[in-house]
Amino acid sequence: MATTDTVTFKSEVRDFIEANCPEALRKPVKKFEDYFWGGKKSAGGTDEQIKWFNAMKERGWTVPHWPKEYGGGGLSAEENKIFLNEMAKAGARKPLFSFGISMLGPALLKFGNEAQKKEHLTKIANGEIWWCQGYSEPGAGSDLAALQTRAEDKGDHYLVNGQKVWTSYADKADWIFCLVRTDPNAPKHSGISFLLIDMESEGVSTRPIKLISGKSPFCETFFDNVKVPKENLVGQENMGWSIATFLLTHERSMIGGIGDTDVKQALHDFALGQMGSDDNGKLADPLLRKEIAEIELDARTLDMTIQRSLEEAKSGKPIGARSSFFKYAYTEINKRRYEAMVAAAGVNGLGWEGEKYNDGAVAKQFCRTKGNSIEGGTSEVQLNIIAKRILHLRGKKQENGIRT
Amino acid sequence: MAYVLNEEQSMLKDSAKEFLKNNAPVAQLRQLRDDNDSKGYNESTWQQMVEMGWTALTIPEEYEGMNFGYLGLGQILEESGRTLTSSPLLSSVAMATAAINIAGSDAQKKDYLKRLSHGEITATLAIDETARHNPNVIKSSLQSQNGSFLLNGTKVFVPDANISDFIIVSCIDASGNDSMVILDSKSDGITITREHLMDYRNYGTVELNNVKVSSDQILANANKHTIERTLDVARVAVAAELYGSSVEAFERSVAYLKERKQFGVELATFQGLQHRCAIMFCELELAQSAVLNALNAIDRGDEDIRLAASTAKAKVCKVAQLVSNEGVQLFGGIGMTDDEEIGFFLKRARVGMAMLGDYNFHLDRFAVLNGY
Repeated sequence: MATTDTVTFKSEVRDFIEANCPEALRKPVKKFEDYFWGGKKSAGGTDEQIKWFNAMKERGWTVPHWPKEYGGGGLSAEENKIFLNEMAKAGARKPLFSFGISMLGPALLKFGNEAQKKEHLTKIANGEIWWCQGYSEPGAGSDLAALQTRAEDKGDHYLVNGQKVWTSYADKADWIFCLVRTDPNAPKHSGISFLLIDMESEGVSTRPIKLISGKSPFCETFFDNVKVPKENLVGQENMGWSIATFLLTHERSMIGGIGDTDVKQALHDFALGQMGSDDNGKLADPLLRKEIAEIELDARTLDMTIQRSLEEAKSGKPIGARSSFFKYAYTEINKRRYEAMVAAAGVNGLGWEGEKYNDGAVAKQFCRTKGNSIEGGTSEVQLNIIAKRILHLRGKKQENGIRT
Repeated sequence: MAYVLNEEQSMLKDSAKEFLKNNAPVAQLRQLRDDNDSKGYNESTWQQMVEMGWTALTIPEEYEGMNFGYLGLGQILEESGRTLTSSPLLSSVAMATAAINIAGSDAQKKDYLKRLSHGEITATLAIDETARHNPNVIKSSLQSQNGSFLLNGTKVFVPDANISDFIIVSCIDASGNDSMVILDSKSDGITITREHLMDYRNYGTVELNNVKVSSDQILANANKHTIERTLDVARVAVAAELYGSSVEAFERSVAYLKERKQFGVELATFQGLQHRCAIMFCELELAQSAVLNALNAIDRGDEDIRLAASTAKAKVCKVAQLVSNEGVQLFGGIGMTDDEEIGFFLKRARVGMAMLGDYNFHLDRFAVLNGY
């Protein structure tokens, strides 16, 4: 329902974007690095990025839906939707890209104490601190709860020892939120805690991992007798798994495209630009045309499903385990998209170096998409979750309480 | 809120589910088949649907309808898809009513919509002339004769042709333009042959041999555009029903895996089967959104519903194929038998997929509409 308030708000947002968002930031992003990151280690950003970021920060619109007391914009769900719509319409980029906003923030808002919220949320909103995630370990990938990084109670602090892997952009992060084992004797899900660790602490080191894309968005992070103050424990000791799963749900929704308002290049335009058309004006390769139509049809129905799920959430049906569906569907479609792009571009899609190949943008991004269905829980793990938690496909409980 | 049902729509869906489960389950269709029933549907079930007001849902109030909208009708179609109920819901309530709503004059609406709304008459829509859906091929034509017209042609794959009081026929008019006429199915020159298709529902071949047509039988606003819009509404209706059948086949398969034991454990414990079910769940989620989106586009009165309709029909066709095939496979040996109902869903799926354009037809249309 369009009330006077919402109409006013809409034009307010529109005018604000018009007045403050530089033209250069109204083009689709090609990679995460095209955003402004903030944090102590970031390269600083372009003048345009900083101008846009400062204008938005002033209004609390780096995190428009967070409460004002933690640096947010205090927007209602309705206002936030209008805000995101206007951003998308203008093609305006997010002013600040950080895992603090998309992952840690929601967890702290739900599980953090007042002091933690005040300290950390405000610094995330203001772009002062950049966060990374310490979940996976060499021996705990899909079986995340098997993690072994130890945090021993030493009175006023924990002593942390262990190794994390796939810590995204850990080399650019100021702090890391970590899952650690605080009770090695409890069943594996019950001995895990959620800790916030300053990357500058003594004993923390990190090393980038080179991927098949040639890039290193992921790192290994090592903890060698790292002292972490007790005040950095989020929630209760040994109750970290519920925070972890809450956050994974958020991460999957994010990877699954929910809240993603950034513009993407149309696949068909790309293919047409690469290979041209036949005598009927249709894409030169008719089978690829069919493939592209199938990908875009699925992408379209996924967009509709995201919209549906937002409306359902508003009317009281939480997304829950269905975040696994979004994660699965989005990443699988994205992989198909890049398969089609590589096919469409021929040798130009295979070029790895040189201006001619745009420094291998297509080939490298193609390789990167192969990680989409691995990071944040593999496609197979998502299918397990759907099968077990939504469809309840598992053995019946036996008398001894064990499922077959 | 476009994708979430309001309270009235939810209540309608729940009551339809309850009614159809109790009064028109798959067993009713089996019985009609086994009895070689001459009508191919249960008249008393249909009368109850009329009494519940289902025939009035998409008809404006000025023509004594309820103006409840297609999102509402879509819920009933989805539920009747679950029970594979044979009735004039699709042919009369969804297709023919849409044709008159879209292309009829006020006088034609007063005449036909009122009677359709009260269930006094049923009607159907005759489009196809070729084995595969190709609405651009219309050979049926009107010729002028002494102030009226003669209609000649042959229509195939006409749903419920054998039980409908009226048939709306697409044709070329005397000036060579695309048109639609409404015929009393008892008129001289009309021969209707009932066709028995795979799904045991009612279909007919309609032969039109010098059928007399007066000018008031020509739908006043019929043209290429309104025929296409009528078809798109009809396609969305077919998609809604087919989606319902697909969800039901899927849920039955999942339930069966939880009961059936092999190697001493329920089939539900095997990851190979779990993942196939999870993939079907994902596909059905996407299909459901596409159907709801299209029903909303009709209710909003969007000028162009073509893309929404083809998106819905294409996606549902693909999913219906997957789910019906997997259904039979997951039921294993019992899935091959006539005793088990899963086979009925496979058969209905193939007919629904072909109706008014299959996957390839709508995928190509989706591509063309997007400029591919």
